[in-house]
Amino acid sequence: MCLAIPALIKSIEGKEAEVEIGGIGRRASLWLTPEAKVGDYVLLHTGYAINIVDQEEAEETLRLLEEMAKLAEEEESEIH
Amino acid sequence: MEFCGGHTVTILKHGIRQLLPPTIEMLSGPGCPVCVTDNADLDKAIALAQIPGVILTTFGDMLKVPGSRSSLQKVKADGADVRIVYSTMDALQIARGNPDKRVVFLGIGFETTAPTIAASVLQAEQEGISNYYALSLHKLCPPVIKALLDSGEVRLDGLICPGHVSAIIGSRPWEFIARDYSIPCVVSGFEPLDVLQCVDMLVAQIENGRSEVEIAYRRGVRPEGNRQALEIMDRVFETCPAQWRGMGLVAHSGLRFKAEFERFDAEIAFEINPGPVVEPKGCICGDILRGVNTPQDCQLFAKVCTPESPVGPCMVSSEGSCAAYYLYGAAGE
Repeated sequence: MCLAIPALIKSIEGKEAEVEIGGIGRRASLWLTPEAKVGDYVLLHTGYAINIVDQEEAEETLRLLEEMAKLAEEEESEIH
Repeated sequence: MEFCGGHTVTILKHGIRQLLPPTIEMLSGPGCPVCVTDNADLDKAIALAQIPGVILTTFGDMLKVPGSRSSLQKVKADGADVRIVYSTMDALQIARGNPDKRVVFLGIGFETTAPTIAASVLQAEQEGISNYYALSLHKLCPPVIKALLDSGEVRLDGLICPGHVSAIIGSRPWEFIARDYSIPCVVSGFEPLDVLQCVDMLVAQIENGRSEVEIAYRRGVRPEGNRQALEIMDRVFETCPAQWRGMGLVAHSGLRFKAEFERFDAEIAFEINPGPVVEPKGCICGDILRGVNTPQDCQLFAKVCTPESPVGPCMVSSEGSCAAYYLYGAAGE
């Protein structure tokens, strides 16, 4: 139930935003993240942006995860 | 233990249990709001839906969960006005469009979801929507982990803390577990590699004799959480004891309306008579939620109890342990 997915804010009107998730647009409430700006990624949970995704941390995590995947591949090819 | 049902799904769906060495055993925790909702509370929701003039709005997961005598799905089939919504924003819209009806939102969820219900109440107040109510069955995660650890029934070497609960509350409310129980804690995201990274960090803590709270899910979680969401939750709700399936009554683990928002409280606005509570015979969801048993220990699992015909809530919710074991092939392990 605590599912939340990253969504990109396209426009903001009052406390509501138009967001994009994988190319699909929908409305999101910014009641819980009033500081969110157009261009931010937010974590969307039941129609509410519950947090702003930290872009730098997201990129750092992506780099770490890619590194882990690469290590796993190398280990795999060592086994075979 | 992974507290969150979302992590259990990631672990089973991607075969992470099979990838890990046998020395690492993953244990599902009580982190599924649908599963931990007590039968007495389910019965209240079902009784509410049957009151004439009420539109009961709910997240879809709750529809098939069996209460003592019925389910929301069954009473809906019998004519009750039960509507599935994606968000409390939809429930507010239904309230705006049906001024002659009383619209109740079934407030199930942890700290991730509770602020969204609190926000909807504030919005209803701001707009003067007078036919909107919520049944607050929200539950708080850190108190139940404390209760679980204090019971001494399970011994944990590490805890995978829920990512989206922590997006709201931050990582600090988990610190007592590392400090007082010497159990390493890592807040994880929900991608399979997130979980593996989290396990790696937990193992590193154990090997180095550390017990701290670390955040692997830094893109979504800050140590202080989301202050605005916490403030909104705190404005509308206050903590209260709550009944958990499997755990019983846990102090400070529930949320009820503060006095100034009482008029939104469905428990006060309606006379609810759900009748005596009956527990499903043979179902061990409670033991599974405490991590004492796994779904395979249940005699009903995959025989009498299936996602199509669930006996207990852990088979209903998509993130319930039984449903995840059933769907992702751990049934034959």
